[in-house]
Amino acid sequence: MLQFIKYRKIWYIFSGLLVLASIISLFVYKLNFGIDFTGGSVLEVKGIIRELPEDIKFNIQKTPSGVILKFKPVDEETHQRILEKIHAEEVRFESIGPVVGQELKQKTFWAIGIVLVLIILYITWAFRKVENPFKYGLFAVIALGHDVLITIGVFSFFRLEIDTAFVAAVLTVLGYSVNDTIVVFDRIRENLIKTKKGDFVEVVNQSVNQTLKRSLFTGLGTLFVLLAIFFCGGPTLKNFALALIIGIIFGTYSSIFIASPLLTTFNKSGRLK
Amino acid sequence: MTLSRNKTYFFLILILVIAVGAGVFDWQPERPFRLGLDLQGGTHLIYQADLSQTKDKSQAMQGIRDVIERRVNLFGVAEPVVQVSGKNKLIVELAGIKDVRQAIAMIGETPSLDFREEIEITDEQGNQQIGFQMTSLTGQQLKSSSLEFDPTSYQPLVNLEFNDQGKKIFADLTQKNTGKRLAIFLDNMPISIPVVREPILDGKAVISGDFTLEAAKQLAQRLNAGALPVPITLISEQTIGASLGRDSLEKSLKAGVIGLALVAIFMIVFYGLPGIFAVLALAIYGILTLAIIKLIPITLTLAGIAGFILSLGIAIDANVLIFERLKEEKRLEDAFRRAWPAICDGNVSTLLTCLILYGFTTSLVKGFALTLGIGVILSMFSGIIITRLLLETYASIHKIS
Repeated sequence: MLQFIKYRKIWYIFSGLLVLASIISLFVYKLNFGIDFTGGSVLEVKGIIRELPEDIKFNIQKTPSGVILKFKPVDEETHQRILEKIHAEEVRFESIGPVVGQELKQKTFWAIGIVLVLIILYITWAFRKVENPFKYGLFAVIALGHDVLITIGVFSFFRLEIDTAFVAAVLTVLGYSVNDTIVVFDRIRENLIKTKKGDFVEVVNQSVNQTLKRSLFTGLGTLFVLLAIFFCGGPTLKNFALALIIGIIFGTYSSIFIASPLLTTFNKSGRLK
Repeated sequence: MTLSRNKTYFFLILILVIAVGAGVFDWQPERPFRLGLDLQGGTHLIYQADLSQTKDKSQAMQGIRDVIERRVNLFGVAEPVVQVSGKNKLIVELAGIKDVRQAIAMIGETPSLDFREEIEITDEQGNQQIGFQMTSLTGQQLKSSSLEFDPTSYQPLVNLEFNDQGKKIFADLTQKNTGKRLAIFLDNMPISIPVVREPILDGKAVISGDFTLEAAKQLAQRLNAGALPVPITLISEQTIGASLGRDSLEKSLKAGVIGLALVAIFMIVFYGLPGIFAVLALAIYGILTLAIIKLIPITLTLAGIAGFILSLGIAIDANVLIFERLKEEKRLEDAFRRAWPAICDGNVSTLLTCLILYGFTTSLVKGFALTLGIGVILSMFSGIIITRLLLETYASIHKIS
């Protein structure tokens, strides 16, 4: 049997450092919000552009088939004027006012908050037959907070764009990570009911071992699918898939190395009655 | 509970028949999937209404929605979406539209029609001049307008019919101005200045300007569509070209096929025979999910397809949980029973997330949440019922428990 709980301090330090690094990165590099959040325009065209209007500042990015231009939010009239000047085939155009972005930020904030609260409530209810069910909910949420923070940290550090799809990915990681943690907790619950006497740490360690293969297999299976989306799903889904890949790797890791050990750290008696 | 052998066969055959039916339904090219803007190209517009002068705000928003819906229906795109979002926003989605610029122009414009009577005005030099003065009769009192042709000259005409209030005002106006001219102004430009020959009491009028057929048709349509109750501004525009949409669709489908193949290989390599059953169950799951997406119908967006592909990965979870249990428990029945709480709790938490995603975020994310949610529910069905039926059938053939 592998000893996961015995070395829990190592995992805590490792995760603590990663979370700290993510928080520092958030302060130093901040987040590279896409126009969904900040407002602005994106114009993707095929072929070469002839010329650009001089009164607007453009940020130009090359693509295999043409260019992507980024600039301030404009009205339809200006959009047509730019198109006329650059004289190339339009592939995609988005212009989002700052108001819309503000609203999206608020909505995202609420969505994540409500998901977290619901998960704590649900786990507390699902584990109502165990001692201190609230603890299970809380640790599951700490574990997934860890997963989400690291995912956001990686995006911050590499200056990857935060858009609506990223938000969807993060929320999915929340759901996935808690799913993963619940499977382990569920085993602990079952073993606790079966084992009347014994060491709590041992029960937890045994449960983690019993669910280890399942955690790895499901994680791997999902990763395969995500890798397929990442490599073949086209440029629009790349960041989305990447966020999910990072989140799911850490989600699998945290349910084994963080959530379950935390249960033993905060179990005062350490013995079952 | 173990089903009797006959019942097992019966349910298995039933599910296979349903799966084949669903597969045929999925395949039918004459009933295509409903694709979102990002996959077929189109434009997504968000308008903000200025409600500062309005008392009944929700009624004003409904009014705007109705007017814009009528205008949008003139574009002839399939299933346009016009919906109120929040307190003062309106979302318009036009899939597959060719000329976005014209569409935006037509949505945003406010045609103002009014009738003006002839008056004499004296200018600064003391000269008598003819001018036109606004009356209380405007496009607001219009009931309908239609295109017609003059029976003798074959010139296109625009017919107007007023509502009860307009009928009365029009009757008064024509009585007062018999023999004089009554001008019809559109967007502050006179388009027709007919002479009133006799009072018109039935509330019907004809505009016979110097129209081309196209202009007359457009005017009738615009008058029918009516004026916006409050001004609106376009605050967000997202336009995706048809070629980019097609490209995204092809790539995401490819990703789905590759993802499914990888998961299948993985399951068969690690679990052998039960793995093959799981892959079969997964295939049935995929077919059924697609059939439901088509049946409801759910608009498939890029994010929606991603949600579906992701659910393929999550769908194996139930199988993995059961197969791992199978190694510990001696009986098939026990393995399923013991694996159930974990499957249920895990899926409920994912479903909660989907629910929040669906309720709180933009339409692109909605598609993702919806397909992922349906995927999760069906994957429980596939993992627990289909795999179990397959395993039981296998067990009963080989006389093992």
